[in-house]
Amino acid sequence: MLHLTINDMPILVRKGTTILEAAKQLNIKIPTLCHLDLHDFKIVNESVSCRVCVVEEVGKDKMLTACSTPCREGMNIRTDSIKVIKARRMMVELLLSNHPTDCLICPKNGECELQALAADVGIKTIRYPGARTVTKVDRSSKSIIRDMSKCILCKRCETMCSTVQTVGTLTDVGRGFDTVVGTLLAKPMHETSCTFCGQCLAVCPTAALTEVNNEDKVWDALSSSKTVIVQTAPAVRVALGEIFGMAPGTDVTGKMVSALRAMGFDRVYDTNFAADVTIIEEASELVHRLTHNENLPLLTSCCPSWVKFIEHNYGDMLHIPSSCKSPHEMFGSIAKTYLAEKMGIDPKDMVVVSVMPCVAKKYESARPELASEEGISDVDIVITTRELGHMLKDLSLDFPNLPDSDFDDFMGESSGAASIFGTSGGVLEAAIRTAYEWVTGDYLESLDFTELRGLKGIKEAIIPLGDKQLRVAVSSGLGNARKLLDSIRSGEAQYDAIEIMACPGGCIDGGGQPYTHGDTEIIQKRMNAIYANDRKKIIRQSHKNPQVKKLYDEFLGEPYGEKAHQILHTTYTLRPKI
Amino acid sequence: MCTGNEFLQPLEAFLADDKLTESDLIEILHFTQNHFGYIPDEAQLLIAKRLKIPTSRVYGVVTFYSYFTQVPKGDNQISICLGTACYIKGAQNVLNEFEKQLGISSGETTADRHFSINPTRCLGDCSKAPVVMVNDDIYSRVEPGDVSKILAKYRSDSQEAR
Repeated sequence: MLHLTINDMPILVRKGTTILEAAKQLNIKIPTLCHLDLHDFKIVNESVSCRVCVVEEVGKDKMLTACSTPCREGMNIRTDSIKVIKARRMMVELLLSNHPTDCLICPKNGECELQALAADVGIKTIRYPGARTVTKVDRSSKSIIRDMSKCILCKRCETMCSTVQTVGTLTDVGRGFDTVVGTLLAKPMHETSCTFCGQCLAVCPTAALTEVNNEDKVWDALSSSKTVIVQTAPAVRVALGEIFGMAPGTDVTGKMVSALRAMGFDRVYDTNFAADVTIIEEASELVHRLTHNENLPLLTSCCPSWVKFIEHNYGDMLHIPSSCKSPHEMFGSIAKTYLAEKMGIDPKDMVVVSVMPCVAKKYESARPELASEEGISDVDIVITTRELGHMLKDLSLDFPNLPDSDFDDFMGESSGAASIFGTSGGVLEAAIRTAYEWVTGDYLESLDFTELRGLKGIKEAIIPLGDKQLRVAVSSGLGNARKLLDSIRSGEAQYDAIEIMACPGGCIDGGGQPYTHGDTEIIQKRMNAIYANDRKKIIRQSHKNPQVKKLYDEFLGEPYGEKAHQILHTTYTLRPKI
Repeated sequence: MCTGNEFLQPLEAFLADDKLTESDLIEILHFTQNHFGYIPDEAQLLIAKRLKIPTSRVYGVVTFYSYFTQVPKGDNQISICLGTACYIKGAQNVLNEFEKQLGISSGETTADRHFSINPTRCLGDCSKAPVVMVNDDIYSRVEPGDVSKILAKYRSDSQEAR
């Protein structure tokens, strides 16, 4: 243990503790910008590039960066001296000397960490109008916009993209003042192996990386003569409240439904209904593969970012992901066939809007195979939880005080199994709740598979299925997915079913969720809310959802049958690794 | 590992060494630069595949070091020293004259690939400033008026070589 003092307060810390961590234990706040420590996921960005966290070691000339300097025995640190305050302000001024000051019209206005820091340290004027990085804004993809004129080179995005997700699209290019976080051969995003997981923009402190904004498309659809239907993913309802100052982990399902109705949607439905349909198909597929002992393990296919990852990186394994479309795409294809027919409207006159915790869903909805033979896309517009929040602010709704209301009948009903789709481990747990009863013919006593829950990157379990054993694994984060896939490819590990979600922790931590600014406790609270939502439901297994049964009776026929295949299943494409 | 690309064959042969790891990246890039005169895009893809690292990481290193170039360099490398001594003695005017006569900027290569101008810091011959180096030949106390004479020498050289 080491003894030191910070601002005259003594503290005892373990060897290896940084000055920043020691100060935190004393409740002393040292401002940071490039630093990011997602300790629940063991993710740290240590680029030490912004130097905003400089502190003074009394009696020494050199300033120290608190985020990267380990404590030493007998150190005497000050974080509050005039020297520190002036140095810190200058660091921010230097960052601002190469940063646009168009905050009022910036997509990150109010959410920007640089803007907040500049206010905190009291920047009133730009003393150094220095040279500016000039780059072209990359709007090539359906999901992510890159505007490197707003980049401060903190490299958080690079840590997420290359180290955590092992996708390797973003990298620092060039040197000196000309350095930018760029892509391979300066290719536009849509030509790279980017999976559009959006973890880069989830951690970007400024607006260098933002989502493609579809809010106007939704307003336009709502003011058109078309029938506009909305569906919301399970992770949205446990995070949307944060945008309106509600405590993280508040389940705002009822208020969200009221708000969507106030926006003018003709029908307010639930992606959870389609999640139940997904389980019917996916559990059938699992039982089919287990019976025939082929194409195991079955990999879940709900996450479009993960699907693009396997298409680029594991082209030899494209036969093992489930052929099921993701739930919101299933919803879209059911809406544009069965529902359109029931409502007596032409599917061309129907607009399906998905509210998702995800930016990859924007790209996914434009995949050409996720459309009817006539070229009608299953889902027309995807907005994120954040975009929905902005739209509700446009309406000046008093969101926290809205009354609760229920989803519209039929495609609004769902089981507890569907609720947990929004978190890592949930899709597999939901599938097992159904597959168990189908395989064994027995009633499943305990519906909680706690070994599949939590924020851990890779979770494994062996589930007894009658006289058989089901070997399962769950991974969240694409780097963890890579580890699992490598072990399957080498024959080192054997599983029957694997769930993969691209974002650490699953959709609750998706690239389209309200910004957490590095606070992983928020993710844990969202996860708790998801499981609480499941426990509240009377029906907690997908195959027991009466409306889903009705859909199969009236329209789809046999689960995993011919018509179900035509409407609910999809194909994958081999893509080059670049 | 065979790409079936004859052009890349020498690099493939170099990469055939089993012991190569990510830490050999710089050495591989040196070989590539020296062999091809630049680092072709296909070579970056091949190296990344062989070392099992993202191609973007190879690209990041290539763009960091000024020794590596992504466009073919000219047959003749012109380096005009812009170190302090040469600069004071008017090296900038000499550079401007080279740029004007060749119609390219510093760091670029002429369309016929006869000449490249390289931005250069001190060449260590300050007493003879301003200094210009063409390939391995040193020219001292160069004035803008000398430029056409110097270029003429290499124009004929390169044509003979062809």
